[in-house]
Amino acid sequence: MIAEAGLAALWLAASLALLQLILAFAPASAGGGSAPVRSIAMVQGALTLFAMAMLMWVFARTDLSVLLVAENSHTAKPWLYKFAGAWGNHEGSMLLWVTILGVAGSALAMFSRRMDERTLTAALGAQGALALGFFAFLLFSSNPFTRLNPPALEGRGLNPLLQDPGLVFHPPTLYLGYVGLSVAFSLAVGALVTGRVDSALAKAIRPWVLGAWIFLTLGITAGSYWAYYELGWGGWWFWDPVENASLMPWLAATALLHSVNVLAARDSLRAWTVMLAMVAFSMSMVGTFLVRSGILTSVHAFAVDPRRGTFLLALLALYVGAAFVLFALRSGKLAEGPRFELVSREAALVGNNLLLTVILGIVFLGTLYPLFVEALTGTKLSVGAPYFDRVAGPLALILAVLVCVGPLLNWRRDSGERLKRLAVPALAGVTVLVIAFIVLPGAGLLSRVGLGVAAMLGIAAFLPLFGRRLRRTPLTTWAMVVAHFGVAVAIVGMAASTLLTKEVLIAARPGEQVSVGPWLIEFRSVTPTAGANWTALEAELRASSGGGVSVLKPQQRFYTSPPTETTEAAIETVPGGQLYTVLGKPAGDGRWQLRLWWKPLVTLIWLGGALIGLGGALALGGRTWRGFRKARQR
Amino acid sequence: MSRKWLRFIPAVFVVLLVGALVWRIVNPPDTNVESGMIGKPVPAFAATSALPGKSALTSTDLADGHAKLVNFFASWCVPCIGEAPLLDELKKQGVAIVGIAVRDRPEDLRRFLADNGDPFTRIGSDPQSRLQLAFGSAGVPETFVVDGRGIIRQQHIGPIEPQDVPDLAAAVRDAQ
Repeated sequence: MIAEAGLAALWLAASLALLQLILAFAPASAGGGSAPVRSIAMVQGALTLFAMAMLMWVFARTDLSVLLVAENSHTAKPWLYKFAGAWGNHEGSMLLWVTILGVAGSALAMFSRRMDERTLTAALGAQGALALGFFAFLLFSSNPFTRLNPPALEGRGLNPLLQDPGLVFHPPTLYLGYVGLSVAFSLAVGALVTGRVDSALAKAIRPWVLGAWIFLTLGITAGSYWAYYELGWGGWWFWDPVENASLMPWLAATALLHSVNVLAARDSLRAWTVMLAMVAFSMSMVGTFLVRSGILTSVHAFAVDPRRGTFLLALLALYVGAAFVLFALRSGKLAEGPRFELVSREAALVGNNLLLTVILGIVFLGTLYPLFVEALTGTKLSVGAPYFDRVAGPLALILAVLVCVGPLLNWRRDSGERLKRLAVPALAGVTVLVIAFIVLPGAGLLSRVGLGVAAMLGIAAFLPLFGRRLRRTPLTTWAMVVAHFGVAVAIVGMAASTLLTKEVLIAARPGEQVSVGPWLIEFRSVTPTAGANWTALEAELRASSGGGVSVLKPQQRFYTSPPTETTEAAIETVPGGQLYTVLGKPAGDGRWQLRLWWKPLVTLIWLGGALIGLGGALALGGRTWRGFRKARQR
Repeated sequence: MSRKWLRFIPAVFVVLLVGALVWRIVNPPDTNVESGMIGKPVPAFAATSALPGKSALTSTDLADGHAKLVNFFASWCVPCIGEAPLLDELKKQGVAIVGIAVRDRPEDLRRFLADNGDPFTRIGSDPQSRLQLAFGSAGVPETFVVDGRGIIRQQHIGPIEPQDVPDLAAAVRDAQ
């Protein structure tokens, strides 16, 4: 019954989405205000949420008469993974996607008060159209509630790589980011339909972009750390197509986040901001398509089913195509905003937008270039890290320098007086750069320059606070400082771990000692051990670096359902970095392959990511608080 | 303003993107990695004999005026057992076959040939897979058609299936 209730809720929600679309654009309702469309959007979201809850319920009970549960779960699985297993598969994760879409639509309907009614109605119509397509996808080709008759005796289990606390949070976080951007997309479509692109629209879009961007930032950061420790390669970014698919919406959202501020404060960059809002969610849909169709080779390629791929591609083409045709036809009618001078906050933000857009273009091209080339010439090639590092890296560093400058400029026009304050950070940057070139001759140029730029930004990020009374400084300024400082921290982590990592791969007998970086590691033993649904060979390593001794226990794990081997790295985190150890195969005559890395400052990458996300959260908090206070004063 | 066309750039990008993705769905990726050596002369090599009593194999043996099949195999390779009778069949049809044993040991190889038949006129040893990589081969079993002048004409990836036998025999005849 639970599964049927969920399915019924989905059908009902789908028909409401259709109604929402029709009512929003029907001429009869043009004068009737947004009230009916709003109510429908709210109920539609609630029904989808109910369906998702039903799916989680059947997973929690391990109801093996539901096909999806039988294929992806197992009675012996720890409860946390039973629960998270609801979205650790194609159908469930698409339902989660649609749930977030529906809930975001309801929230838009519920909380938008100070917006143009007609724009809001059109935006809700667009949201209904999006939901309708994805409901159709769920119901016709990815039904999560299909029954299995007779029920299975035991489930097939969940891919062991996914049996990790990371799975519980990683997909929902990223999806909140991906799908949160749908509201910005719908609002942009609504504004194009009514022709009202102004600062009120920017203020309506801003919290959505900010919220989605926070989740994307955290999702990417967490995903990077998860891949780092779970896959056992010791790398933190692989330029894998699916990673790129999450990076592209983030780049677009970052650009949008900055341009929407220009639109809100100065009423400039109208068409550009609308376009970015559309690009951001389009990139989310491309990302969803790449992951769910599995057409690009990737560690994330899960479902390889051409029919589903075709369905999703048709939706993508329909929505993105329609949006950009609308843009091409209507954006010419938007009036140009106020002008600004070359040295001004606006100009710096335009620079930020252009650089981010070019980086986005580079990642987009690099990800799809092999596909274009193969389609046109039949030649197979792959684009790897060297391309992305070499082309996107320098641009990212130029952007980081611009981040030092932009916040010091005034809106509209600026004498450049405050730029003199950059002397100290610039001096620090040059000093670090010179030291890096002397101490590390011949190391990666990009990384050494990165250290210098990060040193400059690390100090310059705080300049907007200079000469202000800190307690009266708005939360949004603090937010900017924290986020920009986070960028500097992350760059230090990336550059330092690239420049200074030490790697050792040996075949050692228990009792032998190895040194890597500042660590002396004693290989004690390999012993069998077992967990709830796995057995493992576990090495005991005693690592010391001057101070106390830490014990690391990397494992070779064997899962029984489904039968799979994984390597579980053991990581020791100290203030200076991480010691990363992996136990490999037996190398014969009693020796074992051991892979050991000393990665100085690598933790700063994710700390930086967390700071950037925290900056976003502070900004959202500051804006919400300000809006709340204004509403009370009225 | 003549800059109106600029507003269509995003739409054009969408068309390109969707076009490429449609193409990918219609033409699913071929997971076989084709050798870049097809149409080129075999790389110069001199492999020692993989088995005492069997002739060694050098690149000059492959340019002796007679087209042949070069079969990369190994005693530890299970699909190689499956294709062994088909290699015998090809030999019966008059096709010359030389073997390259990848990462193998003489005692294992002797047992493999005793159990599964020995269609090879020569067997070269490739203890480090170097020769295999030089041919542009990614796994075992793989079979190359090499013409009389020592030029690689064709590559067959994976085990030979019964329906492949006539094609391979014809390819060797054509390469003569």
